[in-house]
Amino acid sequence: MKSSKQKETLFKVLRYIRKYWFYLGVSVLMAAGTVALTLYVPILTGDAIDLIIAKGLVEFGRIWDILVKIGGAIALTAVAQWLMNVCNNRMTYGIVRDIREEAFRKIEILPLKYIDSHSYGEVVSRVIADVDQFADGLLMGFTQLFTGVVTIVGTLLIMLTINIGITAVVVCITPVSFLVANFIAKKTFHMFKLQSETRGEQTALIDEMVGNQRVVQAFGYESNAMERFDEINGRLQKCSLQAIFFSSITNPATRFVNSLVYTGVGITGAFLAIRGGISVGQLSCLLTYANQYTKPFNEISGVVTELQNALACAGRIFELIEEEPQTPDAVDAAQLKEVKGTVELEQVAFSYTPDRKLIEGFNLKVKPGQRVAIVGPTGCGKTTLINLFMRFYDVNAGTIRVEGKDIRQVTRKSLRTAFGMVLQETWLKSGTIRENIVMGKPEATEEEIIAAAKAAHAHSFIKRLPEGYDTIITEDGGNLSQGQKQLLCITRVMLCQPDMLILDEATSSIDTRTEIRIQKAFAKLMEGRTSFIVAHRLSTIQEADIILVMKDGNIIEQGNHESLLAEGGFYAQLYQSQFAV
Amino acid sequence: MKKLLVYLRDYKKESVLAPLFKMLEASFELLVPLVMAQIIDTGIAQRDKGMILRMGGLMIALGFIGLVCSITAQYFAAKAAVGFSTGLKHALFGHIQKLSFSEMDTIGTSTLITRMTSDVNQVQSGVNLVLRLFLRSPFIVFGAMVMAFTIDVKAALVFVVTIPLLCIVVFGIMLISMPLYKKVQAGLDRILGITRENLTGVRVVRAFNKEEAETARFREGNESLTQMQMFVGKISALMNPVTYIIINGAVIVLIWTGALRVDAGYITQGEVVALVNYMSQILVELIKLANLIITVTKAFACANRIEAVFETQSSLAAPGKAASAGVAALNQNAAAVSFEHVCLTYKNAGAESLTDIHFQAKKGQTIGIIGGTGSGKSSVVNLIPRFYDVTKGRVLVDGMDVREYPLEELRGKIGTVMQKAVLFKGSIRENLLWGKEDATEEEMWRALEISQSKEFVESKEGKLDAQIEQAGKNLSGGQRQRLTIARALIRKPEILILDDSASALDFATDAKLRKAIREMEGAPTVFIVSQRAASIRYADAILVLDDGETVGWGSHDELMANCAVYREIYDSQFKKTEG
Repeated sequence: MKSSKQKETLFKVLRYIRKYWFYLGVSVLMAAGTVALTLYVPILTGDAIDLIIAKGLVEFGRIWDILVKIGGAIALTAVAQWLMNVCNNRMTYGIVRDIREEAFRKIEILPLKYIDSHSYGEVVSRVIADVDQFADGLLMGFTQLFTGVVTIVGTLLIMLTINIGITAVVVCITPVSFLVANFIAKKTFHMFKLQSETRGEQTALIDEMVGNQRVVQAFGYESNAMERFDEINGRLQKCSLQAIFFSSITNPATRFVNSLVYTGVGITGAFLAIRGGISVGQLSCLLTYANQYTKPFNEISGVVTELQNALACAGRIFELIEEEPQTPDAVDAAQLKEVKGTVELEQVAFSYTPDRKLIEGFNLKVKPGQRVAIVGPTGCGKTTLINLFMRFYDVNAGTIRVEGKDIRQVTRKSLRTAFGMVLQETWLKSGTIRENIVMGKPEATEEEIIAAAKAAHAHSFIKRLPEGYDTIITEDGGNLSQGQKQLLCITRVMLCQPDMLILDEATSSIDTRTEIRIQKAFAKLMEGRTSFIVAHRLSTIQEADIILVMKDGNIIEQGNHESLLAEGGFYAQLYQSQFAV
Repeated sequence: MKKLLVYLRDYKKESVLAPLFKMLEASFELLVPLVMAQIIDTGIAQRDKGMILRMGGLMIALGFIGLVCSITAQYFAAKAAVGFSTGLKHALFGHIQKLSFSEMDTIGTSTLITRMTSDVNQVQSGVNLVLRLFLRSPFIVFGAMVMAFTIDVKAALVFVVTIPLLCIVVFGIMLISMPLYKKVQAGLDRILGITRENLTGVRVVRAFNKEEAETARFREGNESLTQMQMFVGKISALMNPVTYIIINGAVIVLIWTGALRVDAGYITQGEVVALVNYMSQILVELIKLANLIITVTKAFACANRIEAVFETQSSLAAPGKAASAGVAALNQNAAAVSFEHVCLTYKNAGAESLTDIHFQAKKGQTIGIIGGTGSGKSSVVNLIPRFYDVTKGRVLVDGMDVREYPLEELRGKIGTVMQKAVLFKGSIRENLLWGKEDATEEEMWRALEISQSKEFVESKEGKLDAQIEQAGKNLSGGQRQRLTIARALIRKPEILILDDSASALDFATDAKLRKAIREMEGAPTVFIVSQRAASIRYADAILVLDDGETVGWGSHDELMANCAVYREIYDSQFKKTEG
């Protein structure tokens, strides 16, 4: 079971290697060359030693010739080795780059459901740490596996030409080291997997605690966080120790087998030499080969454990890469063009989890240019509607139509371009202020940017930043206040001039004076365009054409400000409450 | 690297024994060529089969002892290395937690995460290898040289020249590639940052159809990382061929010298074989070393990055001794919080964010803070729990400068609810326990009640044990805010700070919340930062800020009468509706 999964992972890795067949070819060729030359040198050395017999019995002239040959061989070997290393490097890092990129691409098309329900740290750990580990293993595999295998075959052939009997001894003993290595590798695979999983868990905790350090400090939670960290750390220590120790037994064990081989060759060789079967030079040569022959077994077994680890990591990456992506756009998906702003919802039902119903039988018709405000107590499903409009989530039943087209029948891109969205959760990427503003319209001119920033009342504070529009903001907005971040998010949308607008508590952190000015700007922008506003400040929504009052996933009241007040229902109650003590 | 070695302290025994056993193993290995020379020179020459077999037995025995030593060494090395990284991570995590907001603002989260994970892992492998091989390899190299001397001094001189040459190459390549590996890790930081951003900002990225652009950005970072890796790889790739040339060059010289020495009758043929064997043993060792040098160099580079984190000291100067109990008693009548001519300039910021803020809040009072976006409201309240230090003036809590409190004691008095409602993965109960570790069920419900969250918690399956996903993603903004308020209330703080933390609540809930807090037992001193005039209207005193300066201080009525800014804010929210 386990090994079949491993094999599967291996095949997937091979698919990535295919692209680098050229480097692979060169690498194998160079490996063969290196090995052949490396093997040739001991023969020459042996020949030379045979010419050094005893005092006065040394043939300097022939030795010199041999030494020149050795020199040439060395130079060639060095070049081949270097080429091989370079090829392996290119291949490994190329493959790793490809895998990483594919993993990232996957993140961009994963359904939000996956992202919302997995911790960031864990996903990040897969894309970064696992891939990194995989690279290390793969590089080691390439550099040592080829040469290893070629060396074994080459030495065997040469040894056969020197003496069959001794070669037989070598061949009989060495497989033992493979058995040992294989046994250990099998035993340790799950240990490495456990290690990798525990690491993921730890990364997730680090991500959460370090990412929210402010809260941690405010509550003096440091020691608790430490405790939780230590608990995982302790578990990780245990399983890492196991994985590392047991996998590292391979090396000494195979080395022991090697010394058996060496001794075997030594004894049989000595006996043969006594009988005159081989010369001392040949014996020396055979001994060197015995060493050279067993060494790769040693390395290969080391590489095998390393590859095990790499495969365990690769397995986790492939899990991510093979995760079910969001339903792709239909093949015949239309482009949403010339959006005037008709939006219809018909019998829409949706819930995040099947056991908890949220929205059911929801109907709504919005005409072009209408302003729709959605109000209601917190947690009533206002934000969910936006998830559905933008198609972050798909409805479970019913249809949402824009301009009469089912939104599942149009491309996501055109749908999302039609909407401009400002969320309560401000998000800025690391980069300059300008980069953040032009997100939706990269080709915007300086004048347009400034005009948008002025409309969003962000221009004055941006101007005061050390580098103005080129100030680099760090991850998640760094030193900007929540309100300033919101202003930037609004600027971003102002610049796009979208056909429809969604404001989800978009001005909650902005002071009311500024808010009113921004709203005026929005009003101008939105003239004749449909907009959806989620808000709690009733002052924001009084002028809406339709006010939807939601509670527990349903619309309980619908109308405009005056009619709803007159009705004296839930809305009226909400409205009065803002003047309460 | 040196500074990190303290984390090996608890594993002294292991870190000494591991290389020791490795060396033992190596010594046995070094004896093998000698035994073999015996077989050739005595066994074969005298046709003594018994001797050959005895020597064979000896070699197997040596091999077996080597095996035992080696496994022991591996165990100790693994134990020390894993123990080291465990200790290191513990210390690093502890250190990061002590960093103040200013440092966190500048360093950034992603790089801290790579440093705690990827970098520490690299260092761990490095330590493991160093313990196992970095002593073994030099030992074999020098051992081989010593053995060569015992055979023939003149021939051994070849070793004396070769070994320093090898050292230069090995360390030279290490020194050149180390800074490059540092760059590689920085490249890794970058793509980690991009990955993280794309996860946290997934909605915005998709709403703006930025998937392609973000992929391109990632590709660019990934590409430059790959280029760097390949470049550094190219340099490391030199290691093997160069050492190969040096060693085999030495073998050539060795044979020639050997030939001369044998010809002169100083040494035997078997001894030449032994000498060549020693040289190839060095080669084998160095090839191993070269394959591992990448790991070790990387480990060094990573260790430097970790050290850099340790070197970042919290800018909050060491807090005073916990002698405050007496001081507080002396100051029974002091104001709960007072600001004395406080100015604040953020690190790397040009202008002052707060200028000459001066006010007092008496015990049990409710203070409202209002002002435009970016006027410094949050900065004011962030100074009370000492998230940042003032640049001028001072902030007093219970009559004592906050800089004289031990941080833990100071923050223990204060319940803070921040703008950004952050909850953690786990049950509601676990999240509430953040506020007070030993809170009873009753206290929890009480806090939930005050924060107006009882109703929705009750409706959740499992109630207090209902699971919250990472960052509270399965709750609405308002629910998150109310839970964060409950979390702060549960510790019955002396000072409660609500930093615009009811912004996602509707007015009715907001009003109920404020009422419940006012009626809370123990009557905390409350700071309410808000955009809404309604939220602070009934506060005992209101601080009106504009551009970091006080433009008004007093009750609602007073401010309406004499503070233009306040009047403008108030009117913007109420005039139309009342009129």
